[in-house]
Amino acid sequence: MKSHPLLVLLLALLTLGACGKDETKPRAIPTPDPAAKPVEVKLCDNHTTTTVAGDAPKTRELGQKIADSLMTKWKEKNPEADWEVEERKSRTFLPSADNSAVLKAGSQAPGTPYRNFTQRDLDEWKRETETLVVAGSKVFHSGDELGSTIAVSCDMCHPNAANTHPETYPKFQTQLGRVALLRDMINWCLEHPVRAPKMDADDPRMRAMEAYIVSQRTGTTLSYGKH
Amino acid sequence: MKSIETKYMEEREAVLRALARLDRRAFLKVSAGALGAAIAAGAGVTPHSFSLVNVAHAQDKPPEGSPPEGNPGTKAGPSPAKPTLANKPAGFTFAYISDSHLYKRELNDRFVRSLLRAVDDVNAMDPQPDFVLYGGDLAQLGQREELDLGAEILKSLKAPVRMMVGEHDWYLDMGARWRELFGEPNYAFEHKGVQFVVLNSVVEEDFWTPAKLSPMERMQTVAGLDNGKQRPFTVGEEQRAWLQKELASVPKTKPLIVFSHSPLYKLYKQWNFWTDDAEQVQAILKPFQRVTVIHGHTHQILTNRIGNIHFHGMLSTAWPWPYAPQGLPALTIQMNRPDPFNPNDGCGDGEVLVHPDGLVDKLYKLWNRNPVTVSRAYMSSSGKQDSPLAPNSGSY
Repeated sequence: MKSHPLLVLLLALLTLGACGKDETKPRAIPTPDPAAKPVEVKLCDNHTTTTVAGDAPKTRELGQKIADSLMTKWKEKNPEADWEVEERKSRTFLPSADNSAVLKAGSQAPGTPYRNFTQRDLDEWKRETETLVVAGSKVFHSGDELGSTIAVSCDMCHPNAANTHPETYPKFQTQLGRVALLRDMINWCLEHPVRAPKMDADDPRMRAMEAYIVSQRTGTTLSYGKH
Repeated sequence: MKSIETKYMEEREAVLRALARLDRRAFLKVSAGALGAAIAAGAGVTPHSFSLVNVAHAQDKPPEGSPPEGNPGTKAGPSPAKPTLANKPAGFTFAYISDSHLYKRELNDRFVRSLLRAVDDVNAMDPQPDFVLYGGDLAQLGQREELDLGAEILKSLKAPVRMMVGEHDWYLDMGARWRELFGEPNYAFEHKGVQFVVLNSVVEEDFWTPAKLSPMERMQTVAGLDNGKQRPFTVGEEQRAWLQKELASVPKTKPLIVFSHSPLYKLYKQWNFWTDDAEQVQAILKPFQRVTVIHGHTHQILTNRIGNIHFHGMLSTAWPWPYAPQGLPALTIQMNRPDPFNPNDGCGDGEVLVHPDGLVDKLYKLWNRNPVTVSRAYMSSSGKQDSPLAPNSGSY
């Protein structure tokens, strides 16, 4: 769950003439200096670098080339960077609840930090909540992330989390002889069909999976104890 | 001297077979007879539910003039005697095993054990089925070790095996290893007056080249049932043309049984319980008077009828799928919700009894549960007669 780094290129060379007052005039391309040494350009992660010939013409195209090359290197080092985009493309998700009513006149309480929201707050709630759900889907669909020793993942029996019925928990699980929560059943499945170690209740993977499983049943009536 | 376990398994097999051939009235008769026989036999009878087996056998004598059943050595192929239904009145049985999803043995013994259990089930059948249909998805990720392991296990079947391909077998090397082991995925054969056709119904449009996926990424995408990056299954133009040609010379009165991995109709697109060109394939099958399609992929009891075409699903040996949240055919009586605490519950294998008229009784041998028969009477009457038992715990 790494955030996408802002690509800040320290390409002062590009800004030459790019933000001056004479923008309508064609830019003068500085004459290359055949004696110039190669220049090292560093990405904002402070690690990824690329080298440019010192005498290269300082054009916009070159700037783009440098940026692309740095980004390609960074992505190679961080292959999971686009995990959320990829996961969203692969699976089906239901949107989180529509909170637009919160912003309606009369439902705000100006002057108090709570109940004084903007669209930006709503966007953040949605983004953060749905990201947890998508993260849960990723764990749910990956034997590796689940820690399965036999390459089994939850979706093998529960595509789209079908037949997980989170709305029926807690319920007395006769086979366990006690009341089970959804996470107890997740842990039971981990230990048995999946053959993975149990997860702590606050394990980030457990929290994310609970989020995913519940999200897939949005709109279903809660009916705890149901068999 | 046979062990108690062996006797028990033999008796269980026999009773399953007998039950498959009975309608309800005959069942009551047999049950009553069995009770009497059990009492009469006294001390010699082991007190369990399979005691009725001898009586069931007596009820189940094949009609006069029928060929001997269960010839394990018989290779299916063109029958010599130009069989018509009139001179082949006995019908026959074939068994099925499907969707084993094997990983290599060192990685996952769970699915291997399940396939071995199914092979034991089929080998214990007496008489033996005429052949065994393997319904596809032998491997989980199409890898050589997985397919080779599956092929090796299936070699221990006593009856000849007819192979069908599934998407899990195909999308790593686009069927290269599967073909080496088992030949072309689509073929036709005749057996005792019935025309059989096997299709590769898991042809997907190329989504991997534009997405620059590696073969393993492609395989893993297709292997995810709820992975929306893949395309719908099809039989495809090429195979439809082949099918048309193959069936051109077959009389329309001849019974036709088609094997396809995906259901040859449109149930639920999101999980590829779906064949995108189903209508076109059905149009080719429609002129035939009696058509049965047996499909894998759905890992559950699934029953449908479209016009004169009867559709039956197969059980998986690896895991059961949930029923699709929409699109379930009206004729389907769901199986009980699998119990996660009961290993292999909802899995199994089964057999198909082909009646002399070419229609079939489809037997689902659910492990750890009572078997379920979806009979030709149920199908022919569009569900009005001989309905299988409804589940006492359905889907949520």
